[in-house]
Amino acid sequence: MKPNTARNVGSGDRWKRLLALPPMGYLLIFFAIPTLIMLFASFRYAGEYGGLAPWYGNEDGSLSINLTLENWQRLFETDLYLRLFLKSIMYALLATLLCILLGYPLALMIARSPKKHRDLLLLLVILPFWSNFLVRIYAWMIIFSPSGALTRMMNVLLATVGLAPVSLMYSSTAVIVCLVYVHLPFMVLPLYANLEKHNPALLAAAQDLGANRWRRFWDITWPLSLPGVYAGAILVFIPVLGTFAIPDLLGGTDGIMIANVIKQQFVESRDWPFGSVLSMALTAAAVLVVLLSAKMGTRRGTLR
Amino acid sequence: MKHKNLALILAAGAVFTFLYLPLVIVVVYSLNDSKLNAEWVGFTWKWYDQLFHNRALLTAARNSLMIAAISAGAATVLGTLAGMGMYHYRLKVLPALVLTPIAMPDILMGVSLLLFFIMLNMSLGLISIVLAHITFCIGFVAVSVRARMSGIDPSLSEAARDLGASPWHCFQKITLPLLAPGILAGALMAFTLSIDDFVITFFVAGVGSSTLPLQIYSMVKIAVTPEVNAISTLLMVLTLILITLTARLFPGALRS
Repeated sequence: MKPNTARNVGSGDRWKRLLALPPMGYLLIFFAIPTLIMLFASFRYAGEYGGLAPWYGNEDGSLSINLTLENWQRLFETDLYLRLFLKSIMYALLATLLCILLGYPLALMIARSPKKHRDLLLLLVILPFWSNFLVRIYAWMIIFSPSGALTRMMNVLLATVGLAPVSLMYSSTAVIVCLVYVHLPFMVLPLYANLEKHNPALLAAAQDLGANRWRRFWDITWPLSLPGVYAGAILVFIPVLGTFAIPDLLGGTDGIMIANVIKQQFVESRDWPFGSVLSMALTAAAVLVVLLSAKMGTRRGTLR
Repeated sequence: MKHKNLALILAAGAVFTFLYLPLVIVVVYSLNDSKLNAEWVGFTWKWYDQLFHNRALLTAARNSLMIAAISAGAATVLGTLAGMGMYHYRLKVLPALVLTPIAMPDILMGVSLLLFFIMLNMSLGLISIVLAHITFCIGFVAVSVRARMSGIDPSLSEAARDLGASPWHCFQKITLPLLAPGILAGALMAFTLSIDDFVITFFVAGVGSSTLPLQIYSMVKIAVTPEVNAISTLLMVLTLILITLTARLFPGALRS
């Protein structure tokens, strides 16, 4: 007799299958179909007054199919957009690296603190993340503002060395700092989840065998934590790649990223087909990164 | 060993400062009696007072709460079903549909939904916002419920069924109470995500309807004013109360 486990549903429980239908239907309609529509829109002509032109038929009633590769060609015509993609990827890489640099000590400290304190410390990491996204950006607008204490202090220091004053607001520095600030919890949480599972006996054994703390870290803790690092890196890299609010508010003209141009195409210039092309390219870049890091993650895994 | 711990604690302390200092600055300046966010002039409540006379802001806040309540409610029901479905069946389509929206950059969902609503000739407004919010919240509820499902011993519901409980009765008496912390955590997450969302709302809101994040965005875009400090502080206090309440009422809900 076959045991009737939860995964092996008996005929009486077949109705359970139907339960998954409503969410599946909802996501099909409001996620999968809109994505396909956007893919389709990337091959259509822009309407005269913005939006989309009809994709079949003419005004005189004759039948024709109006689809084009022009929008995609425009992406490669100049190196403007490719450069912007590259720049956004560099920003995202830099933000990810800084998140690892800042998030690692924090995650390690929490994982090695007494068990009763861990929940509270984790909550302290998540808490700023629960405050509104725009509030967190806005906080940095205050800090970087020309009349703010940070800028004035820096300029006093610069003046004593005889350098011209600088402005932090509307610079790529401001964008990167804020990107790191907003996405740091995404790095700390998966890292902590990994570090917490490490067996302390390994470190004790290494110490008994004479390894100093640097060797203990680089030979044991770091390689074991790589899956956590990869998970965190994906969680930081992808949303950063698609950010438009932070460069919009802190970046000025220098600090814009690819998502700013997407927003511009959809909202200001209302060139939806080209906006769709850029969005699909961003999707492709995001998917590529996930696949790449998944591959790297598994290769590391087999090496160990 | 002690030495290393000290270095680690100092580094972690510095990162905590980095996380909290900006928020502290916002709160402090919200109580500062000066139009500029620069020097401390004196204590005042007047920015808060101004808030409660800002019609547009109050309407936006009401919209945000309404949208969050409806979207979180609907997303909790759909997400719970999706989470249970993901646990019970190895359907490849379901996890793909549930998890991809979480992984994709927000702006992509925003613009594709904009195209979709326009194509259907739907006027943009509160309804399109709610439909969009439900879409991005389902995944988070589903993940939370799915995680909770793995911790439940399947023999409990089997025993109930063997003893003659109907599937619905079994769900009501066994599965649902055990799932509750996961569902609640998911619902809370959905509510906060909805209240917090700026990017997707920005694209599907249309001209007539505003939410709190959209309102804050347009205020910040024009000028950095102490009023924004005050609304930001209020939002932080609200979130803090919500989290503390949940932690008190349902210990364990926040852990998952």
